[in-house]
Amino acid sequence: MAIDIILTNTGDVPIYQQIVDQIKGAVLRGELGADEPLPSIRLLAKELQISVITTKRAYEELEKDGLIYTIPGKGSFVAGVDQRRLNESKEKLVEEKIKEVIDVAERLAVSRDDLRVIFNRAMEEER
Amino acid sequence: METVLRLEGVCKQYADFALRNVSFKLDRGFVMGLIGPNGAGKTTTIKLIMNLLSRDQGRIELFGLDNIAHEMTVKEKIGFVYDTVPYYGVLTIGEMKSLIAPFYRQWNESQFQRYLRDFELNPNQQIDKLSRGMKIKFQLAMSLSHGAELIIMDEPTSGLDPVFRSELLDILYDFILDEGRSVLFSTHITTDLEKIADYITFLNRGEVLFSLPKDELLERYALVKGGLDILNDGSAAGRLIGVRRGQTGFSALTADPESLSRHYGSRLTLERASLDDIMVYLVRGERSV
Repeated sequence: MAIDIILTNTGDVPIYQQIVDQIKGAVLRGELGADEPLPSIRLLAKELQISVITTKRAYEELEKDGLIYTIPGKGSFVAGVDQRRLNESKEKLVEEKIKEVIDVAERLAVSRDDLRVIFNRAMEEER
Repeated sequence: METVLRLEGVCKQYADFALRNVSFKLDRGFVMGLIGPNGAGKTTTIKLIMNLLSRDQGRIELFGLDNIAHEMTVKEKIGFVYDTVPYYGVLTIGEMKSLIAPFYRQWNESQFQRYLRDFELNPNQQIDKLSRGMKIKFQLAMSLSHGAELIIMDEPTSGLDPVFRSELLDILYDFILDEGRSVLFSTHITTDLEKIADYITFLNRGEVLFSLPKDELLERYALVKGGLDILNDGSAAGRLIGVRRGQTGFSALTADPESLSRHYGSRLTLERASLDDIMVYLVRGERSV
């Protein structure tokens, strides 16, 4: 398995979500190819020094998103994704992140118009 | 899913302490930490499970069988690690093993020899001369060599250094690589051992405050800090647990971070609560009631 999973305890992102994001990222970037085996739930728990329930939940989420599949008794593997579904997933991932930003803006009472200005400015700066 | 351990309404009365209505269950393949302050009833609970004490009321089932009626059968499948070593201190590791091994039908001698090597235990060493960590490793070697499906440990890490705790964690992770195996351990200090726990059962003053998946617990609670003026506000008071009031502000635990954040915004800071935080503030909350 050629994937690094680096967990942090400092942020607000739950551990299972960090695993989901990092495996999802590796799949979407093409670092993990179709049918490549993933470590077993219990081995990953040991490697990352977290509970079995946490890794189990991460794999269940990935399965729900169609990114991995599990064969009982054999383990979990990266699902084959065609390009269109891959793009859809990428867009969905970006959209989710943008929704998080909108959420933060709302909590801080930043208006939609101001948010657009900030967004455009950030796009300019990144160029 | 098969339940390997189930307690229902277990009571034990002492002159100065009572275990009241203790109920929880552990499914096969998972790890549970039994946590709580000193004197909460953790050791009493474990002794009742092992039938080292007899309960006054309630049911205790191991692998679906009553723990007293089927004591011999269920104990074959359990590896018990005591707080203090139950062995004859004058004997050596090897002698003690020869004394106990015949009682187990599934004794695996080559596995035992392998664990002695892995744990760096010398079979010729006298048990009394072993360090506390070594004594625990010896008990684990015995447990792991008789095909235990459930390891029960009472305060396995108290007084032991981080290096040993990390080794113990590795041993337990290896043990549960087999999904048929489960672990119950108690501890009064939340240490690195909790990393492995799937469920946390919290005992305080002889009662179970909760028995929940650890992740759910950590997502439910948050640590709140803010100015003292907020404490005078009626809508905050009901949402704060175990308030610690200082000269310059307060800190507390909350199970309702969203509504606090909506109501007070930046007048409060909310942080992720650790198991230690949850234990400390809940115990304080119980005392002030």
